[in-house]
Amino acid sequence: MAERIVIHPVTRIEGHAKISIYVDAAGEVESAQFHVTEFRGFEKICEGRPFHEMPGLMSRVCGICPVSHVIASSKAGDGLLGVDPPPAAVLQRRLLNYAQVLQSHALSFFHLSSPDLLLGLDSPPEKRNMFGLVEREPDFIRRGIRLRQFGQRVIELAGGKRVHPVWGTPGGVLHPLTREARDEMAGWITESIESLQIALGRLKSLLDSLQEEIRHLGNFPSLFLGTVNHDGGLEYYDGLIRIVDSEGNVVADRLDPRRYYTFIEEASEEWTFVKFAYYKPLGYPGGKYRVGPLARLNVAQHAGTPLADREMREFKQRSRGAVCESFHYHLARLIEMLHSVERIEELLNDPELLGEDVRARALPNRREAIGSCEAPRGTLFHHYTVDRDGTMRKANLLIATGQNNQAMNMAVEQAARRFVRPGHLTEGMLNRVEAAIRCFDPCLSCSTHAIGRMPLVIELRDKSGRVLDRITRS
Amino acid sequence: MSVKTLQIDGKMITGSDGDSIFTVAWEHGIHIPRLCHIGGISDVGACRLCLVEVEGQRRLQASCLTPVQEGMVVHTDTERLRAQRKLIVELLMAERNHVCAVCVANGACELQDLAMRLGVDHVRVRYRFPSLPVDLTHERFGMDHNRCILCTRCVRVCDEVEGAHTWDVAGRGAGCRVITDMGQPWGQSDTCTSCGKCVQVCPTGALFSKGKTVAEMEKDRGFLKYIVTAREKGQWIG
Repeated sequence: MAERIVIHPVTRIEGHAKISIYVDAAGEVESAQFHVTEFRGFEKICEGRPFHEMPGLMSRVCGICPVSHVIASSKAGDGLLGVDPPPAAVLQRRLLNYAQVLQSHALSFFHLSSPDLLLGLDSPPEKRNMFGLVEREPDFIRRGIRLRQFGQRVIELAGGKRVHPVWGTPGGVLHPLTREARDEMAGWITESIESLQIALGRLKSLLDSLQEEIRHLGNFPSLFLGTVNHDGGLEYYDGLIRIVDSEGNVVADRLDPRRYYTFIEEASEEWTFVKFAYYKPLGYPGGKYRVGPLARLNVAQHAGTPLADREMREFKQRSRGAVCESFHYHLARLIEMLHSVERIEELLNDPELLGEDVRARALPNRREAIGSCEAPRGTLFHHYTVDRDGTMRKANLLIATGQNNQAMNMAVEQAARRFVRPGHLTEGMLNRVEAAIRCFDPCLSCSTHAIGRMPLVIELRDKSGRVLDRITRS
Repeated sequence: MSVKTLQIDGKMITGSDGDSIFTVAWEHGIHIPRLCHIGGISDVGACRLCLVEVEGQRRLQASCLTPVQEGMVVHTDTERLRAQRKLIVELLMAERNHVCAVCVANGACELQDLAMRLGVDHVRVRYRFPSLPVDLTHERFGMDHNRCILCTRCVRVCDEVEGAHTWDVAGRGAGCRVITDMGQPWGQSDTCTSCGKCVQVCPTGALFSKGKTVAEMEKDRGFLKYIVTAREKGQWIG
């Protein structure tokens, strides 16, 4: 008898989703889908508003990565004004973007995924959480919380608030950074690097025991897309797009992110609110690609900071081509956090960071502009069209989670095929399916803006779509 | 000018004949809430937030339009008044789209200040969510009808102080809007002198300087007292 298993809601992710697992008549998993069940609609909300409001409005898209949206939005605003922000503003934006990557990755790794990694995927669900970790691993988890606090504190000191800072604006940022704020930030560096080295050592020591998961939680060939700087190193604020394949071959290089629409297209499906981005030349669904920490480490040749470079060299030895195991998003995330702290230290030592000129002013000089940056979960694009007075006519947000959508669905299906035994479902089986999603650290509130059509639970269905089993955890 | 003696909130107070209860109360440190009143221009009693109880009168009175009288006993802060004012602010919030978090005047808005002062932590009436335009056609200023509370400060300051009478009110009831000239876009107004007085007196983020981002708009309302004093007394005191 065919059936459908539903996991609803998927836990320890950012946003609301469910997973359906379809089982055939022989009782084997046939397919699985990751449905996003929430809708935000910011693309519509901003129509008719002044474009100068956009960084503040777009910051409200997400409580985890507001800074990324502020930066992409402010950069789109720079484009509409036709100005280059003053150097101090660019340095502040870079600083806060690294702080954003640090705090968001800390949340994903320590708060959301560490319970699986340190307590075990089969450990009792009532203990498999932050509280369980606080009991078992108090020092480790305290370090994770402190890392997130550091990132948040940098954002607060420069932007005035930890969440939704009112800080970026078309043409620059609102206020110069004070010397006191910079000195306080500098006080966190040593501890943060120590914590990250401990976390990296710990994760790497666990990898041998997680070989099954590494092989089956989203391990497949795909393209990888990310931003690199002029010499092919990791870049988060500016730079050009590079795409590599699973063998590590460069498929496209030096693509201008402001012309993303020439190489990225989006498709929509009626069973999820998130669109499916794909690499245009290869079509849908063949042009699937991954973005985010794993993709960035796959496309970049080096990090550009000493400690992260060492880790990156080791990381690249995990595969002859690109590292295709989505599980290694976790490892990539920790390496990026280390790199971010190193970059934050460099920026804090740059005397220009405290510059007084932080905003270029102009009337609108363009009708259309695109701002992009590397957000924690991947490459983020804000595409705005305005009328001659600066009223927003259209916004298109291309979000990392949308770009990873195809890969997430494949990861869920692969995990379900490998771990789910419909005849005798266990909680640990379903947790592995969710863990496949957690590798990507999707942010669903960020990614549901286009008016599409649909809804996340694990459901077991037969071929005719009849629900045979449904697991929810509410 | 004769002097009137009255009681406000139990205090014996004197005011000049012709002064409003509102003015006399403020002069004596009793701060009756208001949104449409601003010193230097006429009062119209539009917002109804300055309502007070006058003993002997069954209906609440708009203190900005009620002159003081000898022997009057006035209450400005009773339970009934607090409930009334809270409801008025809730109605204002529900009537249009006041989203403080993404408003240019966040942190510098009289409606927001008043809502906090009155303890408006939620709105009990259903939001109307009207679809309203933003007029950005003026080179320097913008008008967001979503944030307008129809206090008409802009209309009065433009007429009485600047003398341009660019602003006016059109429509009735829920369809009421402030307009420029005969309803054409602000940027096409023949009468607007671009002085910006309307922007500065606006209590919310409805009128703002273009180029300001969220929470960046601060309003300087001190200019009005300066101009009025200069005009009426010939004294240029900042």
